Amino acid sequence: MFTIPAVVLTGFVASVAAPWLWRRLPRRIATGILVFVPLALFAYFLNLAGPVSVGQSFGVSLPWVPQLGITFSFAIDGLSVLFALLITGIGALVALYASGYLQGDAHAGRFYAYIMLFMGSMLGLVLADNLILLFVFWELTSISSYFLIGYNHERQEARAAALQSLLVTGVGGLILLAGFILLGSVGGSYDVSALLQNGEAVRSSPLYLAVLLLIVIGACTKSAQFPFHFWLPAAMEAPSPVSAYLHSATMVKAGVYLLARISPILGATPEWHYLLSLVGATTMLVGAALAFGQSDLKRILAYTTVSALGMLVLMIGLDTLSSMEAAMVFLVAHALYKGALFLVAGTVDHETGTRDIRRLGGLRRLMPVTALAALLAALSMAGLPPLLGFIGKELLYEAKLQAPATAWILTAAGIGTNVLFVALAARVLTAPFLGSLKETPHKPGEPGLSMLAGPVLLGLLGLLCGLFPYALGKTLIIPAVAATRADQTTLELALWHGFNPVLALSLVTLATGFAVFLLTGSLLRATAFLGRLRSLGPARWYAIGMKALIGFASLCTDVLQNGRLGWYLLTIVLASLLLVGYPLFVLIPEGAGPALTAPAFHELLIAVVILLAALGAILASSRLAAVAALGVVGFGMALLFVFYGAPDLAMTQFAIESLTVILFVLVIHKLPKFSKLSGRGERLRDGIVAAAGGVMMCLLTLIILRQPLDSAVTPFYAANSLLLAQGRNVVNVILVDFRALDTLGEITVLAVAGLGGFALLRLRLTRKERQ
Amino acid sequence: MRSVILSAATRLLLPLILLLSLFLLLRGHNEAGGGFVGGLVAAAGFVLHGIAHGIEASRRVLLVEPRILLGTGLLVAVVSGLLPLLSRKPFLTGLWIPGDVAVIGGLGTPMLFDVGVYLVVLGVVTMVVDTLAEE
Repeated sequence: MFTIPAVVLTGFVASVAAPWLWRRLPRRIATGILVFVPLALFAYFLNLAGPVSVGQSFGVSLPWVPQLGITFSFAIDGLSVLFALLITGIGALVALYASGYLQGDAHAGRFYAYIMLFMGSMLGLVLADNLILLFVFWELTSISSYFLIGYNHERQEARAAALQSLLVTGVGGLILLAGFILLGSVGGSYDVSALLQNGEAVRSSPLYLAVLLLIVIGACTKSAQFPFHFWLPAAMEAPSPVSAYLHSATMVKAGVYLLARISPILGATPEWHYLLSLVGATTMLVGAALAFGQSDLKRILAYTTVSALGMLVLMIGLDTLSSMEAAMVFLVAHALYKGALFLVAGTVDHETGTRDIRRLGGLRRLMPVTALAALLAALSMAGLPPLLGFIGKELLYEAKLQAPATAWILTAAGIGTNVLFVALAARVLTAPFLGSLKETPHKPGEPGLSMLAGPVLLGLLGLLCGLFPYALGKTLIIPAVAATRADQTTLELALWHGFNPVLALSLVTLATGFAVFLLTGSLLRATAFLGRLRSLGPARWYAIGMKALIGFASLCTDVLQNGRLGWYLLTIVLASLLLVGYPLFVLIPEGAGPALTAPAFHELLIAVVILLAALGAILASSRLAAVAALGVVGFGMALLFVFYGAPDLAMTQFAIESLTVILFVLVIHKLPKFSKLSGRGERLRDGIVAAAGGVMMCLLTLIILRQPLDSAVTPFYAANSLLLAQGRNVVNVILVDFRALDTLGEITVLAVAGLGGFALLRLRLTRKERQ
Repeated sequence: MRSVILSAATRLLLPLILLLSLFLLLRGHNEAGGGFVGGLVAAAGFVLHGIAHGIEASRRVLLVEPRILLGTGLLVAVVSGLLPLLSRKPFLTGLWIPGDVAVIGGLGTPMLFDVGVYLVVLGVVTMVVDTLAEE
């Protein structure tokens, strides 16, 4: 019963242990353990794939916040197994690769902590059956992505890119949360398995469009869909293994996963179809076009990843049987070839010191094994048989041709994208590895086994899956598709589909793609003017938005927190005047409470003393006199408390007044000379505001007294204080029992404020001592 | 400006003030009083001592650093809230030992919580006053 939560927890435990393992154990053993953890999980899920593919499902549900319908529930079906295998399998290869890539890096233990944190969160995300639980893991993947992009934290660009990705995915996450809450209230549950039974009610609800938009926006920020795509290329600041793992194979596919997961609930409507097709098709074209203009190896790969994510979203938007099949096959194909290519790019960068394809060439002689891995991956990316990428592309074409609407537009967009993919795959392969050797910052050579295993295995897997697609289809693809659709899939993956329109499209694509590759130079020159459009892109809007936000924040700080105490008081009193005064006179109806009684003589006397003392404080010509006068005001108040039956308040007030005087005595000789600092106009203004504040409080009290007293709170406390809390002093019982949580908060604030004051004063002291 | 009268008086007054503060703390649940005002009174006592004998002397009388008082206070309050969890009741539920105790009336976790409040207030005030006086 606890196996699945334990599996999810494993990543988090490994994350906590990683820095310690790295410090205490020899590198080889530490690496071994950190590779073994994802590998063991991979074996666990591989073992589950069999039973899941024949229709068995596994789930567990533990109570978490039962009052809100939030459960700690996990479910395993075909879709989660497919993702979990990618997460753990590529995770193991990346953990191995990183041990070579980060050799000599003092903070590698930290790197493993982040990677394991990500793996645990991502596993939780794809296994969670409760929307709120899923959201928690969703946010955790954003956070671990932030840590990993900013891993080289001494680089300003890395920090900026990390923050950008966190802000974009974080805002998207909040929007997603709103969508989840709305979906939960419309569908009657936060459990995905329960919502699946209730899809009809959700789709016919008037809130359907709102739910759809919120969730799709959330998914689009995570999966880098246009116009939120810009954070992904910037995230290439991360070390290459991270780019391979998070930013191509797994995390950026979380949005795709979510859309596939909820497609039976929200899908199959025109809104779903048009929204996702439009977003997906735009992203796919924009991504491929932007990739074409890049010369940094990793950025080319990043933009093609954006494009590939667009294809996946488009496929889920089409929401037909063949489009879901295409999505799942392409998802696997892309994870394999893009993961391999990113690792190859990392190796090239690591060995030569540059990722600029204009400065690279002829590496095939020095790094033959890496070149072989790159060849396998690039052929899969271009969609050549017998690699898995070919099958994926065929299925994509088939799905587009069978699209319920606008099939021709989508097919044309698909051809355009795939043509660019062919050209880019050729460029990524030929530029660094063919041609003559060029001068690079480092002398390159074949890396060690740890950095070869990942790219080679991923490349070979792409080949094997292409050669034996039936096994892949049966164990992973069909169960994954079945998890997202009610109709049964009869898919049989094969390399050869016979002579049909799809094959013709493939041939056209390859030929055109190769032609585009040969003409790359002149095409780039011809489209150079498009570079100017870049300044209109969403990255610029992000920059403008951030600048405006920070500007507004500093404006508020300058105005409201300018360091002048008088100004603070003025702001507080004016704000209360507006916020209390308005409802006071507009919203509250006339009431008829108990009549006011005339004050007794001694009460009147105290009131007069307080008033005189207040006047004295205003007019005093020395600081001591002003403080003494204020003290009289305080003691007068305390006396009133005594007469009106609030001895606790009175005692506290007496103690506070005495301590204030003592504190004042301690600092009086350090204060500047007592003088009038403000002009006549300012004093007049302050006087008016102060008087208005006083009048308002007085009116407030009078109005409250005129309301009929029907509070249920007072009798409750009076009746239950002794009964439930065994105390006769109601005030104290409220403080330490009925509302003890409030008091706990208050003493915490008091302690923090005390420590803050202590620290500030200490700082002054040490500065003085230094001087 | 040491005053002999003040320092002699303080020597007698401090124990009385502290006794008063404990009295206020313990009777708080049934009569006027409580941890907050008790802590203030105790702090006033130590501050008075500090004025009469100097801050160094009053620190020696306090025995522990104000910061430690503060942390201990918070800890005591949280622990008093956690105790009910042991008997599967929500955080901060009041638990009482059956039977009456002289002066206090009863022993229970709210009492302990009030002790925490007392310590925090005493710690904060003495810490601020100490630091101000040192300057």
